Amino acid sequence: MSTDNIILEMREITKTFPGVKALQDVTLSVTRGQVHAICGENGAGKSTLVRVLSGVYPHGTYEGDILFEDEPCEFRSIRDSEHRGIVIIHQELALSPFLSIAENIFLGNERASHGVIDWNATNSEAARLLARVGLAESPDTKIKDIGVGKQQLVEIAKALSKRVKLLILDEPTAALNDEDSAHLLDLMRSLKGQGITSILITHKINEIAAIADRTTVIRDGRTIETLDMRGAEKITEERLIRGMVGRSLDSRFPERQPNIGAEVLRIEDWTVYHPINQGRKVVDGASLSVRKGEVIGLAGLMGAGRTELAMSVFGRTYGANASGQVFKDGEEIHTRSVREAIRHGIAYATEDRKRYGLNLIEDIKRNITSAALGKLSQRGVVDREEEVLVAERYRRELDIKTPTVEALVGKLSGGNQQKVVLSKWIYADPDVLILDEPTRGIDVGAKFEIYTIVNALADAGKAVILISSELPELLGMCDRIYTLNQGRVTGQLAREEATQESLMILMTKEKEGTSR
Amino acid sequence: MTAVSEYLGRNVRQYGIWGALVAIVVLFEVLTHGLLLMPNNVAALVQQNAYVMILAIGMVMVIVAGHIDLSVGSMVAFIGGLVGIMMDKWGLPWLVAVLLGLVIGALVGAWQGYWVAYVGIPAFIVTLAGMLIFRGLAIVLVGTTIAGLPPGFNAISNGYLPNSLGFMAGRDVVTVTIGVLAILGLAFSQARSRSTLRKHDLVVEPMAAFIGKLVMFAVLLGSLTWVLSGSSGMPIVLILVGVLVLVYTFVLGRTVFGRHIYAIGGNLHAAIMSGVNTKRVNFGIFVNMGVLTAIAAIVTTSRAGASVAGAGDGFELDAIAACFIGGTAVTGGVGKVSGAMIGALIMGVLNMGLSIMNVDPSWQKAIKGLVLLLAVAFDLVNKRRASGA
Repeated sequence: MSTDNIILEMREITKTFPGVKALQDVTLSVTRGQVHAICGENGAGKSTLVRVLSGVYPHGTYEGDILFEDEPCEFRSIRDSEHRGIVIIHQELALSPFLSIAENIFLGNERASHGVIDWNATNSEAARLLARVGLAESPDTKIKDIGVGKQQLVEIAKALSKRVKLLILDEPTAALNDEDSAHLLDLMRSLKGQGITSILITHKINEIAAIADRTTVIRDGRTIETLDMRGAEKITEERLIRGMVGRSLDSRFPERQPNIGAEVLRIEDWTVYHPINQGRKVVDGASLSVRKGEVIGLAGLMGAGRTELAMSVFGRTYGANASGQVFKDGEEIHTRSVREAIRHGIAYATEDRKRYGLNLIEDIKRNITSAALGKLSQRGVVDREEEVLVAERYRRELDIKTPTVEALVGKLSGGNQQKVVLSKWIYADPDVLILDEPTRGIDVGAKFEIYTIVNALADAGKAVILISSELPELLGMCDRIYTLNQGRVTGQLAREEATQESLMILMTKEKEGTSR
Repeated sequence: MTAVSEYLGRNVRQYGIWGALVAIVVLFEVLTHGLLLMPNNVAALVQQNAYVMILAIGMVMVIVAGHIDLSVGSMVAFIGGLVGIMMDKWGLPWLVAVLLGLVIGALVGAWQGYWVAYVGIPAFIVTLAGMLIFRGLAIVLVGTTIAGLPPGFNAISNGYLPNSLGFMAGRDVVTVTIGVLAILGLAFSQARSRSTLRKHDLVVEPMAAFIGKLVMFAVLLGSLTWVLSGSSGMPIVLILVGVLVLVYTFVLGRTVFGRHIYAIGGNLHAAIMSGVNTKRVNFGIFVNMGVLTAIAAIVTTSRAGASVAGAGDGFELDAIAACFIGGTAVTGGVGKVSGAMIGALIMGVLNMGLSIMNVDPSWQKAIKGLVLLLAVAFDLVNKRRASGA
């Protein structure tokens, strides 16, 4: 391979934060016209690396050299790197919801003369870019009216408008459903055909297998290896995981001997309408039950109504006009507010930690006790010493990696934040724990720890409802799996009879003509 | 020693505000050729700024929860007017009038809290309306001024604790005793919480930092009471403010109610999903603000010796400024009573120092505005540095 094929070279990049070496002698070389994947656990240094590359961390704050198209780069800001044709699309999309697609595409880069916007040029160029990314929307549609998958495409169109040469996608499919993910990967292939080089940062190993030409594995701030995915040696999933965690994972799920008791919670004929579009049923006559010591799973595609079902049962925190019955230990209960639900021993750990689960600007201990302050207080006065002890106990038991429980939750990694969320609900001592995507966005090692915690909860006699989009996770963890589609329960499978295929068939089962 | 310097490094922001207060005091002490810290001026500093401190206590809670209250200045005039009418027109004993004033404060707070918490109108709008409503009502009720209030009432803001223990070496013994008790109480409570943490093998600040902090506060408390004891003694209103600061530091730091305020301000959605009754907490915050505003109204009316329809003009801004100078986050979720008190003192010292120097009031306003801006800017820059970008 001749050197003039190398579009980007990063040499011995070292970046230090106070007390932490985030990157150490990382070397990366990307070939023109390829899709280059970077994978590694959370906190391995992937995001730091692309921030160095894009000038978020300006030249001088790190050591090492960057060569782009054989020229040394000293970016002082994102503007500098974008000027050279390097564009990053972050995991959290940076679009303005009330502006149109076209306005967003040219935001900061307006098609204008003397400060007056040329709307014809704006809209026609936008339409051309949208066609290129395969998005069939009018350029004057507002961003808030399209889904996340389409928003991602708008981001890419925006990058194309900047004459991008190197496109960096940071976990682009994290928030997308399978269909949108597949479309995005197709788009990356077609961009490759147009000569655009891309760097894909991802957790999802199947995506790497599907699209990457080469893969660089990063672990603990160092380059571990760069693998040629199109070479003679077939790179397997296990091979990549071994590189990421430094050991092979024989079993990704811990063993558990189920000890299942009496029924704890039963939901019957539960129906919920969309909070704004109140004619639309989001959950439609769903019934399910869970027993003591049992882990049940809720499987479904995006929009199946799993989260909506859980949240509406948990104190009507989603939707409108909920109807149906909830039975706890055989008796009907009402859960019209979160407090009522908690009082009846139901806990819901959200899929969106940062928005619904944690107070990021508060410390670990106060987050852990926030759902059960009553246990810590007498006549409205909190026992702060006891609080520290409680938090310390969960720090040890769940192995939350932090120097002190007084550290702010916002500074923790995703896996440790999830452990704080779990601690919070375990401390509330519920009988039924609903865990919504408990391993989303956390790395392989931390996932295993979360699974161990879930198993321990089941062993302690809790009833666990696990909502997950990862079928292997449901198959590895649950005793029984319910499938949902379009708000209806379409089936349930015991652990022994469930396979990815059998679940997928039920998850896509359409409403029958004869049903109500 | 590295432990100490490391500790100081981590807490520089927390103590930076104390440094700013000391710097401003020293600056004006020099500029006024020693007049600022004359005993009479220290007493007047407290008496003139008691209202800001009282309002700032309530305002911290309002702002931490993510709201704002623009109506407190008008409420001071309205409630002060009603209290004056009760004493002057209805001939009620002043103590009864004061108690009724507090009840009215709670009712007015409940009125605003209802719109904010249960109807869901942003506090900015509700209290902007309140600002107009209560200013208007105050003028309707009071006209311009109701003067000739009972001496007992006027003593709240202008009086001193009686010199019941006599003098020793020219010092008022009551004042000195209060100072000593305050220092001992502080040392005792700090040592106790330190030893509980120790007992459970939890991280505590380094011994040197602990001692240093205690000594600094002891010197501050000691010199304040020492200066006062050489003059007319302990201002009654200082005791009032001191008690309120203690009570509300406890409420915010140690009660479930206080905890819920931080939870709501830090992440409203997470608070709801944790079972916090956010409506009731928000309602409570405004009722509480109403009561504290009533206390501020009583103090202000007592200080003037009269109910004035124009009283309290701009008080809301003083209180809000004190909170922000004291490190309360504009976006909610972060803030402390102690910080707001220092913020209020910084504003107070500025007022006092500039007045002693005969600086034109218009210039005083402009200078205070600049200080507010710089304080928050300094805070933001510090925060950014701390986050390491």
